Amino acid sequence: METVKLKGGSPLFDKIFKIAAAVAATYILAIIALIVFQLVSGSYQIWAQEGISFLTGSDWNAVEGSESYGAAPYIAGTFVTAGLAMLIGVPISIGIAMFLAELAPKFLRSILSFIIELLAAVPSVIYGLWGMFVFRDYLRDWIEVPLNNALGNNVFLFSGTPFGLDIFTASVVLAIMVIPTIASISREIMIAVPNSQREAAYMLGATKWEVFKMAVIPYSKSGLIGASILGLGRAVGETMAVTMLIGNATGPQAFPTSLFGPSQTMSSIIANEFPEASQGSLHMAALIGVGLILFAVAICINMVAQLLVSRVLKTHQGAVLA
Amino acid sequence: MITIEQRAEFRKHFRNNIASRMITDKVIKGIVFGCVILAIIPLGSILLEVVRNGAPVLSAGFLTQPPGAVGSDQPGGIGPAIQGTLMLIGMSSLIGVPIGVLGGIFLSEYGNNRFGNTIRFFNDVLAEFPTIVIGLFSFAVIVLTLGYFSILAGTFALSIIMLPIITRTTEESLKLVPVTIREAGYALGIKRWTVIFRILLSSAKSGLITGIMLSIARIGGETAPLIFTILGSSDFFTGFDQPMDALPLRIWRLSLLPYDTATAQGWGAALVLILIVLTLNIGVRYLFLRKRGGGSRFRITAGV
Repeated sequence: METVKLKGGSPLFDKIFKIAAAVAATYILAIIALIVFQLVSGSYQIWAQEGISFLTGSDWNAVEGSESYGAAPYIAGTFVTAGLAMLIGVPISIGIAMFLAELAPKFLRSILSFIIELLAAVPSVIYGLWGMFVFRDYLRDWIEVPLNNALGNNVFLFSGTPFGLDIFTASVVLAIMVIPTIASISREIMIAVPNSQREAAYMLGATKWEVFKMAVIPYSKSGLIGASILGLGRAVGETMAVTMLIGNATGPQAFPTSLFGPSQTMSSIIANEFPEASQGSLHMAALIGVGLILFAVAICINMVAQLLVSRVLKTHQGAVLA
Repeated sequence: MITIEQRAEFRKHFRNNIASRMITDKVIKGIVFGCVILAIIPLGSILLEVVRNGAPVLSAGFLTQPPGAVGSDQPGGIGPAIQGTLMLIGMSSLIGVPIGVLGGIFLSEYGNNRFGNTIRFFNDVLAEFPTIVIGLFSFAVIVLTLGYFSILAGTFALSIIMLPIITRTTEESLKLVPVTIREAGYALGIKRWTVIFRILLSSAKSGLITGIMLSIARIGGETAPLIFTILGSSDFFTGFDQPMDALPLRIWRLSLLPYDTATAQGWGAALVLILIVLTLNIGVRYLFLRKRGGGSRFRITAGV
């Protein structure tokens, strides 16, 4: 009699393989846990020395003997640049998403989505280079100087001497960098809105814009907010372009007061000062402490965003199929 | 969502002022189209400037020689940076690809439970994570333990960055394989892991390669984590215990130097980097994504 040999060996291999796959998947969790542990233990020294004033203080003095560190200006700088980038980037991104999901003819749709996605593929350091040597001059001559001349004496936001390496330039380049992220996720979310919603509005005689306003927006609101928060997460953690463009002030001068003044973000101070900090010093602990704050901020933002986006895309995709 | 009461109200509203509503519609369409143009201008400008400023610097010597003395007449080239970037990509893939693919297999084949959902969630969180923190982490784990800056620390950091991208795309592409194909395998009496390796992975091949290439494009442009790990150097690879150079790091350093020759070299290095990154992205798009009608499942992201 002929025997049939079943392929794949014994069931033991099945078990082993499953365990190997589970271990690989758990690796991600382990890495996140280890990151928390390393950041906490690496910055322990600074928390012991400065306590809560590390969060609220603004001195940044690395001279041995009179060392004192406070991260408040950089936390403020991070939120101001990221917030300004969102103010500029979110409306444009939603506009792009609306065009791609609702208005564009089919042939334009895929080409334009691709171009927008290419914008996301340009490395951060190249945005920085472009911002430093090209974009900064345009921004300074066309926007900063006129605004400063017209309003500089009355409105503190526009005061100072526009130099081009400042909060405003960094924020605009950040906005350009988060637009593709927000736009492409928003587009997916709008596409996931069931057509029955749109048809109901069209049936009532609504124009395209009215359909968008009363059928698409309410249905996709939480997803759009999630997409924007995801963009915020990127803007908060963005390093190279900001480091190259924000002017890199330290200490109390880094507090963002004018849009046209230099500042510093959490990620840029780490990138700037790390090469100068000696291993095991308080300076190093302070930088890792800033990293820990950045980690905490970013993980909160990302978790909220993921919950909002994934919930919308999941439930609504079901609705589309049904 | 429109309730019945709202519907009556809308009807009343829509009967009137048609002309002004049409104008509003036109204006909004114009604004929205303007948004698209506004987003395309920077991309056009970046590509134009990188090519315009970078192309004159390109030469065989620029691509192969080590950098010369700072500010001198012989600025040298970016050979070590190119070598470093290629080595980093290769070594990170050696760690990131197997773990990422296995993780993706787990999520797709065994991950339909609470544990799987937890991992999926944190995987997505890690994918959007500030990479500078991952660089600090790699510094603390590898550089402080070994006592020297090296390509190993850079590899560790970059492999963490590419991992979630590969896990995600692997899972997505495995889920696209029809159940019938799996069942055909089981019907032949083949064990589950053989089904996964011989049948599923070969059907999902193009999705897998897409994910890997996108993640390579992503880590190729990463700068922030490299500051703390490979440090930068002007020499070609001399050993696993020595600092290394990489293209993005070199661009950053060159941009900070106050010499015109350095700036010009920075543009040249940027041209090389953008060619690598865009070739990978466009190549993937052209080869694999088109077949399935759009690649919305795979989001392109850039190095930070």
